Amino acid sequence: MHPSLPRQPFIVRLACAFGVRGWQMAGLFLAFALIAVPVMHLVVPPESPLHLSTYFITLTGKILCYAIVAVAMDLIWGYGGILSLGHGLFFALGGYAFGMYLMRQIGRDGSYQSDLPDFMVFLDWPELPWFWLGSDSILWVALLVLVVPALIAFIFGYFAFRSRIKGVYFSIITQALTYASMLLFFRNETGFGGNNGFTDFKRILGFSITAPETRVVLFALSALALVATLLLARYLVTSRFGRVLTAIRDAEARVMFIGYDPLWYKLFVWTLSALLCALAGALYVPQVGIINPSEMSVANSIEIAIWVAVGGRGTLIGPVLGAFLVNLAKSWFTVSFPEYWLFFLGTLFIVATLYLPQGVIGLYARLRAGRQRPPGNPTVGAASGAQPS
Amino acid sequence: MRKFGLLLGGWLFYVSSLCAAIDPALLAPLAVDDSEKRIAAIAALAQAAPEAALPVLTALADESLAVAGERIVRLDGERVFDAASNREIAPPPAEREPISINNRVRRELAAALAALRLFSSEREVRWQAVQEVAASADAKMLPLLDKALAGETDPAIRNRLRLAHAQASLGSDDPAIRLGAVVALGESSDPKVRQLLLPLTEKRTETWVEADSAVRAAARTSLRAIEQRLAWADNLTRAFTGLSLGSILLLAALGLAITYGVMGVINMAHGELLMVGAYAAWATQSVFRAHLPDLLDWYLLAAIPTGFLAAALVGVLMERVVIRHLYGRPLETLLATWGISLFLMQVARTLFGAQNVEVANPVWMAGGIEVVPNLLLPWNRIMIIAFSIAVLTAVWAMLNLSRLGMFVRAVTQNRAMAGCVGVPTGRVDTLAFGLGAGIAGLGGVALSQIANVGPDMGQGYIVDSFMVVVLGGVGQLAGAVWAALGLGVFTKFLEGWTGAVVAKIIVLVLIIIFIQKRPQGLFALKGRFVDA
Repeated sequence: MHPSLPRQPFIVRLACAFGVRGWQMAGLFLAFALIAVPVMHLVVPPESPLHLSTYFITLTGKILCYAIVAVAMDLIWGYGGILSLGHGLFFALGGYAFGMYLMRQIGRDGSYQSDLPDFMVFLDWPELPWFWLGSDSILWVALLVLVVPALIAFIFGYFAFRSRIKGVYFSIITQALTYASMLLFFRNETGFGGNNGFTDFKRILGFSITAPETRVVLFALSALALVATLLLARYLVTSRFGRVLTAIRDAEARVMFIGYDPLWYKLFVWTLSALLCALAGALYVPQVGIINPSEMSVANSIEIAIWVAVGGRGTLIGPVLGAFLVNLAKSWFTVSFPEYWLFFLGTLFIVATLYLPQGVIGLYARLRAGRQRPPGNPTVGAASGAQPS
Repeated sequence: MRKFGLLLGGWLFYVSSLCAAIDPALLAPLAVDDSEKRIAAIAALAQAAPEAALPVLTALADESLAVAGERIVRLDGERVFDAASNREIAPPPAEREPISINNRVRRELAAALAALRLFSSEREVRWQAVQEVAASADAKMLPLLDKALAGETDPAIRNRLRLAHAQASLGSDDPAIRLGAVVALGESSDPKVRQLLLPLTEKRTETWVEADSAVRAAARTSLRAIEQRLAWADNLTRAFTGLSLGSILLLAALGLAITYGVMGVINMAHGELLMVGAYAAWATQSVFRAHLPDLLDWYLLAAIPTGFLAAALVGVLMERVVIRHLYGRPLETLLATWGISLFLMQVARTLFGAQNVEVANPVWMAGGIEVVPNLLLPWNRIMIIAFSIAVLTAVWAMLNLSRLGMFVRAVTQNRAMAGCVGVPTGRVDTLAFGLGAGIAGLGGVALSQIANVGPDMGQGYIVDSFMVVVLGGVGQLAGAVWAALGLGVFTKFLEGWTGAVVAKIIVLVLIIIFIQKRPQGLFALKGRFVDA
C-alpha cells in the first residue's frame, strides 16, 4: 500500500470499479430486469406481443445464474490461469444446501404427508440426520450455502496450491474430486435424495414457488447478484491484488522470486470463485425446481469452461456473453435438433480453442481493429492470455 | 460295521439290478392319475433298478411314456418299447394313451433323474449329477448315495458324493451317523455347507437345534475349518479379480501413458478412443457373422489389429487436425480434446444407435478354471491379464528397441536438439500419438469382452485412466503398471469391506490426498526442473 496516497473508503473504491459507461450499462440492465421484466410478465396480458412468457423468465433466470458461474470461472481461469474442473461441484453444493430449505418448506404436502422429506420416509429413516438440523431456517441455510462450499474449496485449495499443483494436474484432480462427490451424492445413504436429488418444491418463505410473482422476484435477485458479482470481480481485477494475480498467471516463478507468496493470492481467488458458484447454485435451484447429482458430472464442469472460452477469457463481460450464447444455443438445439447438439458443442470447443483465443470479445476487437488499421498488422488478437507451462 | 453292511448290501443290489428288467408291478402306479402314488412309484423305481429305470423316467419327463392296454410302453419316435422289459414291440399297439404329469411330480422326477444319472457311465454326466444332487440331498436319498459311492472311482466325484452323503446323513436320527456326517462336512469349502452346519451350533427357543453335544462340538470344529478355507478362497478371489481389474485399468491407461505421460498431450477423448476400439471389435464380429460364420469363434484375433488401426487412424486425424496446433497450451488441448470426445460420442450414436451393441464372448473364453470349489478363475479374465501383459511388452519393446521409439524418447527429452540432428519431430509426434491411440483401441477390444459397448462407454474410463497415469507418475510406463495393478487390487479388497461405490470414492479421495503429498506421482523422473 502506498502510504502517500489517502485511502478512500472501500465502498467508494468499489463504486469506482465500473466506469461511467459501466454504470450506465449496469443501470440499463437492472432497469430491464427489475422493472421491465416484471411489468411485461405480470401486467401485460398474455395475448400482447410484449408479454414475456414463463418460459422466457425461467430460461433467462437460469442463464443469469450460469453467467455468475462463468464470471467466477473467469476469475480463477482467465485471471488466475487455473482451469478448475470442479466448479460444477461448488454450484451443486450451493444448490443442495438451498434445496434442503426448499425440501423442508414442502412440509406435510409431500406424497407421504410426513414431516420428513419424502425420500427419507421412503428410506425408512426415523428422523432428520444431524446435517439437516436447522435447515428449516432460511438464514442458517443461507449461511450453509456460503460457508460449506467455500470451506471445502479453501481446504482443497490450500493443500493443492501449497504442493504447487498447477496446470493440467490441478484440472485433473479437481475433476476427480467432482467425480467422487457425484458418486457420493448418488448414494441414497448420503442423505441427499440419491439419484433423484431434491425436487417437487412447493414454497419459498411461505410463497408458492410456481407463482409468477415469486418467479419474477427470483429473476430480479439473480440479475442483482450478477451485477454485484461483476462489480466485485471488476474491483478485484483492477486492484493491486488483481495485478499480482495476473502476474502469477503469466510467470509464477518470477512473482515468487520478487517475494510474493502465490499461495494466498490463488487461494483467495479460488475460494471466492467457489463461493460465487455456490451462490449461483442457490439461486438456480428454486428457479429450475430440481437439483440432482448429475449437476456434478464431469461434463457439466467442463461446459462451464467453454462458456468462458467462447465469451473471452480475461475479460469480465465476455463470460456473461459466452454463458448466454452457449446456453441459448443449447436450448434452441435441444428443442429443434437434439441429435446435433453434441456435434455443435464439440465443434464449439474445438473452434473456440483453435481460432478464438480471446473469444467473441477478442473477435469483435480484432474486427474493429482491422477496420481502423491497414490489414496485416494484427496486434489486438495476439494471444496475450496464453498459459505459461 | 453297520455302514459297511449297508454299503455291501447296496453294492450287491446294484450289481444285480444291472441286468434285471423292471418288475411291471413297480411300473403300474405310474399309469394311475394320482400324484402321491406316482411320486412313490418314481422313488421305488429309482431305488430298485437305477440303470433300467433311467430310460423310463426320462421318457416320463419327456411325456413319451404311454399306457397301451395292460402294459406301459415307451415311445421313441415311431418305435415302441415295453417299459418293463425294454424290448421293442414289433407291431406297435394301435391304442396308447400318453401319461401326462403335473409340476409337483415333475419336480420329484427331476431330483430322481439327477440321482439316477449318478450311475451313468460318462464322467461328465455323473459330475453334473452330483452337483445337482448335492444341492438337495436329504435322508431319503441315503441308500442311493451309498450305492453311488460304492460304484464310483473318480476321486473328485467321490469327494463330492461323500459330501452329499454327509449332508443327507445330517437328517438321520442316529447321533453317531450325524457325528460322522458333521466331521466329513468339515472337509468341504462350499459356502452352502457352512449354511447347513451353522444351525447346528445355534439355540432356537432355549433348546439346541442339535441335541447331542458331541455333534455340536464337532460342528463347531468343522465350521471353523470351513470358514478358514472360505476366507482363503475369498482372499484369493479378491486378489485375482483385483489383478484383472488392474490389467483392465492398465489397458485403458496405457495409451494415455504414452500420449499424456510421454508426449505431454492431455487427451480427454481417450475414453472415446477406447470406444472406437470396442466398436471395431463389434464390427469385426458382425463381418465374421455375415461372411465367415465358421470362423466366428476366432473373430477376436482379427478384431485386435482392426481395433488398433481404427483407433490409431482416428488418433492420427485428431493430431493432424487439432492437437498439433495446441502444443504447449495444455489447458486449451484439454478443452479441444473434450470437444473431440463429444463429437466422437455423437458420431457413434448416429452411426450405431444410442443403445449398447452386443459383443459376444467367443466360446473358448467362456467358463473358467476351478482351482478349489469356491475359487473360479474365468477364462475371459485370464485372457485379459495375458493380453495386457502382451500389450505392455509390445509397447515397452516399441519404445525401447525400435527406431521410432528412440525418436519418440529423443523428442520428449529435447525437442529442439532432436530436430537439429534430423529427427522429423512433426511426423514423430503424429506417429506417437497414433500409437497411443492405437493402444487405447486395443484396450477397447479387451473391454468389449467384459463391459457394455455403447456410445457413452468411454466416459466411464476417463477419470480412472487419468488417475492411473497421474498416480504412477508422468513419463513412466513402469509407474503406470504399478499404479494400475495397485489400484485394482486395493479397490477390490476395499470393496469387500465397504461396497463398490464407497470403495471407489475412498480410492479417489486417497489419490487426491496422495497427489498433494507427492505431486510427481509414485515414480518421478529424476532431474532438475525450474517449473514443471
